[in-house]
Amino acid sequence: MPLFDQLYNFARWLTQDTTEAEDLVQETYAKALRGFSSFQLGTNFRAWMYRILRNSFLSSRTGLKTMVAIDEETDENLLPAENATPESILIAQANRQAVQQALADLPVPFREILLLCEVEEMSYQEISETLAIPIGTVMSRLSRARKALRGQLSKNDGGQHDL
Amino acid sequence: MTCEHAASKEWSGKIDAYLDGELETTEAGVVATHLRECAACTADALGRVQMKRSVQMAGKRYAGSAALREKIAKSVAAKPRRKASWVWRLVAVPAVSLLMLSVAVTLYVNRESGRRQRVYSELADLHVSALASATPVDVISTDRHTVKPWFQGKIPFSFNLPELQGTEFTLLGGRVTYLAQTPGAHLIYQVRKHEVSVFIFQDRGEETASLTSGPVHAMSFNVENWTRDGLRYFVIGDVSADDIQALSKLLRNAR
Repeated sequence: MPLFDQLYNFARWLTQDTTEAEDLVQETYAKALRGFSSFQLGTNFRAWMYRILRNSFLSSRTGLKTMVAIDEETDENLLPAENATPESILIAQANRQAVQQALADLPVPFREILLLCEVEEMSYQEISETLAIPIGTVMSRLSRARKALRGQLSKNDGGQHDL
Repeated sequence: MTCEHAASKEWSGKIDAYLDGELETTEAGVVATHLRECAACTADALGRVQMKRSVQMAGKRYAGSAALREKIAKSVAAKPRRKASWVWRLVAVPAVSLLMLSVAVTLYVNRESGRRQRVYSELADLHVSALASATPVDVISTDRHTVKPWFQGKIPFSFNLPELQGTEFTLLGGRVTYLAQTPGAHLIYQVRKHEVSVFIFQDRGEETASLTSGPVHAMSFNVENWTRDGLRYFVIGDVSADDIQALSKLLRNAR
């Protein structure tokens, strides 16, 4: 089943729940089949599939509950990440679990854009199509998501390192 | 070490876009030039690369069950319960076939593109980290007859290096390196004030076997790769594509 593993991974990260992720993936394929006529040949098929999955998530109970609105302009409420210390924590600990926990702790808009960019290796254009936001917003949100992740890593690290 | 760009939000976004391979050539050139000159920004960029790779590894976390896969495959292939009209069949059968075909093509393209991206990203990392290292090469010599024998017994193959007299290139030395757990040779050449890396591996790894030969622009570096006598050659650097081509030609003709 093509794209199955990637879609499931993304769904699981969004929902944080196995059953919900399974339902979401199943719903995505069903909707893709039903709505195939709305897919325009020549446009990005992968972005289309991810958009269906994400829209289904947004309309689900968990999605409505967890999809917090984020201010695209201000950096308030983000933990400072002014120096390279969080990166050096990463290198020192080589701690995959720490990154996974920090990712899971991020608000969904930050988590999803990081996953699309780093894990799915989507271009800014593809991310723009998937999330239905302008490329400028992709860049600023990505930048803030990275900053938030570094901040979350520092926070989860519990001040064991000098920050 | 401080840099006037350090506190700039705009610069930070530019570095991110540069590392994501999303900057236009001119802008990428500006960033690359600054990185060559500024140790603080280079350290910052390396930290960001490290973070990108960590997220990439950490993000590939979940796999759907075989049962779910089978269930969805069945539901996609399931026939409608009611007797379908010929009109429905006329529309649905090509639609499903087209969907499956598109998905298959997309998957193949994504997988191959992901693999290529990984290889180039890995090579760019090897190139940058070697140059950032206090000892970029383990054998320091401009003489190919010193550098080549140094690799004997260290890697499981041999290769030829070109005569550089009369060219703009200078051999700086070499080191043993690894790509996807495969040992290989990493040679560093200088052209004007730029360093260019040449990587040579046996062409049997899954990671490199799918690569098509030819010039590529990846991670803001120019790359050329080809195979000869069972070896895969990569030439990578921030110099112009013409310089990369010129060095590649010399290496191809080395006897």
